[in-house]
Amino acid sequence: MARPSSAILLIEDGVYALQGNSAAATRLQQAMENHPVYALQPDLQARGISEENMLDGVEMVDYDGFVKLTTEYEKSQSWL
Amino acid sequence: MATKKFLYVNRKPPHGSIYALESLEVVLIGAAFEQDVTLAFIDDGVYQLLQNQDSSAIGTKNFAPTFRALGDYDVNKIYVERESLELRGLSKEDLMPLTWEDEDEDWAEKDSIHIVSSAELAEIIEQQDVLLNF
Repeated sequence: MARPSSAILLIEDGVYALQGNSAAATRLQQAMENHPVYALQPDLQARGISEENMLDGVEMVDYDGFVKLTTEYEKSQSWL
Repeated sequence: MATKKFLYVNRKPPHGSIYALESLEVVLIGAAFEQDVTLAFIDDGVYQLLQNQDSSAIGTKNFAPTFRALGDYDVNKIYVERESLELRGLSKEDLMPLTWEDEDEDWAEKDSIHIVSSAELAEIIEQQDVLLNF
């Protein structure tokens, strides 16, 4: 559903989509062909998702990076 | 007090909502009252048992280590649905190695976690008196 000019930031339970070999990861990989994808590092760490079994090509950000992204993009649209 | 068979079904992942923590707390209450407690982890609930959870950066108290104490409370029937694991690219090796000590066998250490199919889980569910869903 995301338009080509959008970036995707995964936070909270959304980070589970990065779990390698999961059905969600496969769909995310398709999205990654057209959108930059970021993930909130503290949420990954809380859930025990390590770099080894994570999807490649996702940029990790901390809370400061989260805020920076919201300033870089014109709109922030949250999705539960 | 009569003993009943309690099954706690967990389908939500930890940290994003309070369900997982609340479920574990109710499990410990049931165990404290010496009921016959069984746990099932289905769908995103399987994520509750992942190793290496560290919630310090999100500012919450990490309750994942509490699962390791379940064996000491005689809670050793923990069933994880195989189909849910496979859909998420996970295997038993990704989960915390939860164990209990069997006093009938010289305190031998045994696995508490059993990976079962959806059909096997249906049979387990049928044997229960009380079902609590989280």
